[in-house]
Amino acid sequence: MSTSYNNETNSTSSERRDRKYRSFSLSPKANDEPSCGALACGADDSESCGISIPNGEVSRRNLLKLIGKGAAATVAAGVGVELLTYRAYAQSGSTTNPNGLGTNGNMTPGMAAAMADPAAPPDHQWAMVIDLRNCDGCGSCTAACQKAHYLTPDQTWIKVFAMTNNDGQTYHMPRPCMQCEDPPCLHVCPVEATFRTDQGVVLVNQDRCIGCRMCMAACPYEARYFNWTGDVQYPTTPIPPTPQAPIPQKLGTVGKCTFCVGNLNNGLLSECASGCPMGAIYNADLKTDVAVNGLGNTVKLSTFLYDNDAVTFYPEQDTHPRVWYIVGHGQNLETNSTSA
Amino acid sequence: MDKNSPIPPRDDNYSDTESAWAVDVRDAATRGMTQKASRKWWLAITLLSLMVLAGVYAWYYQLKHGMASAGYNDQAFWAVYIADVIAFIGVSYGGAVISAILRLTGQSWRAPLTRIAEGMALATVIVGAMFIFPHLGRPERFMNIVYYANWSSPLVWDFLAILTYTVATIIFFYIPLIPDLAIVNRHLGSANSPMRRKVYSALSLNWMGTKRQRRLLHSSLTLISLVIIPLAVSVHSVLSWAFALTSRPGWAETVFPPYFVIAALYSGTALVIVTAAAFRSGYKLQRFITQRHFVRIGYLMAALGLVYLYLTFADMATEGYTGITTGWITQTVTGRYAIPFWIYVLFGELIPIVVVAFKKFRNIKGLTFAAGGVVVALWIKRLVIVLPPATQPLIGSFWGSYHFTWVSITITLAGVAAVPLILMVMFRLIPILSIEEMEEAGPIGSIEQISDKTEKYQDKLLAGGRNLEQVKTKTPSSGLQMSGVDPIGLASAPTISVNPTVNPGGFSINPGEIR
Ligand code: SF4
Ligand code: SF4
Repeated sequence: MSTSYNNETNSTSSERRDRKYRSFSLSPKANDEPSCGALACGADDSESCGISIPNGEVSRRNLLKLIGKGAAATVAAGVGVELLTYRAYAQSGSTTNPNGLGTNGNMTPGMAAAMADPAAPPDHQWAMVIDLRNCDGCGSCTAACQKAHYLTPDQTWIKVFAMTNNDGQTYHMPRPCMQCEDPPCLHVCPVEATFRTDQGVVLVNQDRCIGCRMCMAACPYEARYFNWTGDVQYPTTPIPPTPQAPIPQKLGTVGKCTFCVGNLNNGLLSECASGCPMGAIYNADLKTDVAVNGLGNTVKLSTFLYDNDAVTFYPEQDTHPRVWYIVGHGQNLETNSTSA
Repeated sequence: MDKNSPIPPRDDNYSDTESAWAVDVRDAATRGMTQKASRKWWLAITLLSLMVLAGVYAWYYQLKHGMASAGYNDQAFWAVYIADVIAFIGVSYGGAVISAILRLTGQSWRAPLTRIAEGMALATVIVGAMFIFPHLGRPERFMNIVYYANWSSPLVWDFLAILTYTVATIIFFYIPLIPDLAIVNRHLGSANSPMRRKVYSALSLNWMGTKRQRRLLHSSLTLISLVIIPLAVSVHSVLSWAFALTSRPGWAETVFPPYFVIAALYSGTALVIVTAAAFRSGYKLQRFITQRHFVRIGYLMAALGLVYLYLTFADMATEGYTGITTGWITQTVTGRYAIPFWIYVLFGELIPIVVVAFKKFRNIKGLTFAAGGVVVALWIKRLVIVLPPATQPLIGSFWGSYHFTWVSITITLAGVAAVPLILMVMFRLIPILSIEEMEEAGPIGSIEQISDKTEKYQDKLLAGGRNLEQVKTKTPSSGLQMSGVDPIGLASAPTISVNPTVNPGGFSINPGEIR
């Protein structure tokens, strides 16, 4: 691998991503961000704070930070749209919502709980929204993820599938780990190497995994990738790999998308979200009800989902995914062509 | 006393005076233990050991270079090793259950087969359990299943089930051995090394053949026979749930538990035939294990084969008809898995049914060929059960594929070699026939040359094995008496009087009597 893991002098954007990642891992407090504060961001932008002009990573980070501090109400006020529709349904306990998709399709129990009581710990419940209307299938998210996590080309923790709609037109669908609220992979793991954090992120303890691959059999989204070969050279890292940052991967164990939960908890976007030039991937937080994409667009999560008829993938599996898709006209996540 | 006891009670004054039959049985059963190993035996042992060693090296290679070296990838995450686990533990189940059912139903003709069947069950369950290790990416962490057991995982239950079943198989193998080891000690006398003598007498738990001991033996055998059947059913149901509890089309099938159980019984019955045929000629047991044994087990095999065919059809037809997730069926029947699937249909279903159906083929050679085909075909069938659902795309339409590599082939062949290796060594150490049961059953249990007319009568006798003592007294007790002579005196002319103890190769079969 040509990238030097410890070299901090290089400052291309991808290198900066690596550094961000590392700075979190070493000491979560050490953030050398420029002092472009959230308020400044709001002042700079002619538009509302919620739809900030993409002016680099710095403001995005701070934006998310601001959100993290509970400024969701401000954002909401700034956006000035009909809010709380989702929340209302959650609170009313209704099983269907007006757009007829049913709660299974878009409301998860975790989301309902988070929205019912946003003040309850933990501070965040991480989620994701993928806007398929914006995805052009360039694969930047996959590349960014693989670079950051030192994965082999086969290990597509976020994989972009080319799908065909009923009219024969193709569209693209990135598929990360869905961070299911009721994850089959977790239930079948014989040694509890797969676990779910209180922030709703499903992680793998690669020091305990016995490599039975039962989880790969159970995951309905094919989101898990094994470390099959001992013939790759992984970088030696100054910090030991953790379930949150499994770098390097361990031979004979299973790995998968971690939601870059370390990034998220440090006010950074996930690698795929910041790597997506189209802004199709939003990191979201159910607690603060906010979603942010790599272009710096910030939206009110519940409104965004409701207005755009967001759906989840294979809802009939009752896994309650934490990843919502916004589909365009003629697109259909249920398309599962198994033809050869 | 239970009237249906597999082993009829004997008097307390049971003495060890050996009838002619008993002498013959003991000689035949211990021949492998006393005779110097032939060159052929050593050759076979060397060859098999080399195959096992090659497998161990391949496993070392796989540990070092990762499971990619065995052909695995993310879209073929389960493949040959899990098929090996199912296939080997499956044949073990067949051996154990055949023996248990025949015992419980008091089939005295089973007597010459039980030891071979139980030995085979023991060898294959050990090898099958061993295949779990190459299947794991991190075998050295295997004990995590104990330390961090997650009881909602089917694999934990698999582990528990296989462990329990292995222990039960060992007990099931050991209990009928208790009287035999005592008999062997007495029979061999000084031909046995003092060391062996000691071990045998320790293992035979001071067996004297008293009434109380017999009762104990009988009840424990009945109990373990009763226990091992549901245990084996549960093992294979749980094994199948490792597949059926996922959401993959082709695996998430309600039919899977019985499907696996029947496959296990079917392949196990077949391997009993193959093993019996091999040791019959290798240990010159033609006199005791006769064509009738093969034919009877063959009928059982064919019946199980038909049930398995039915379940295969039931599995595929229902899902194929509704057409929701039929990718794996299309691929199995006409696509990339078609060749192995039709090999299974040919060798795993058609040939055995034809062989058993036609009298012309229904002989030892034909049945052994058919049974060998079934064992291999059922292994292939397991691969066809594992691979299509594993390689099918759940999203999009790109099928994964599994390719055999030298690593996976060598490891699988090592397992195949390990079974005869264990058995060959095993029958150097313990009698190959269950002496006690053979003596209980008496010579009638192995009669082959009988006319159709007498056969019915004999079947009646076989059903009520208790009368055998009586029958035995009618048997002339010259040491060279041949079992083929009808003790009831109804034998018709075609019976050929060859003395198998003198000339086992010359033992011939009257084709008119084959059934
Ligand atoms: S998408 Fe798959 S790997 Fe991710 S949590 Fe759900 S079941 Fe587990
Ligand atoms: S491969 Fe590892 S994480 Fe997956 S089920 Fe097995 S032990 Fe658990």
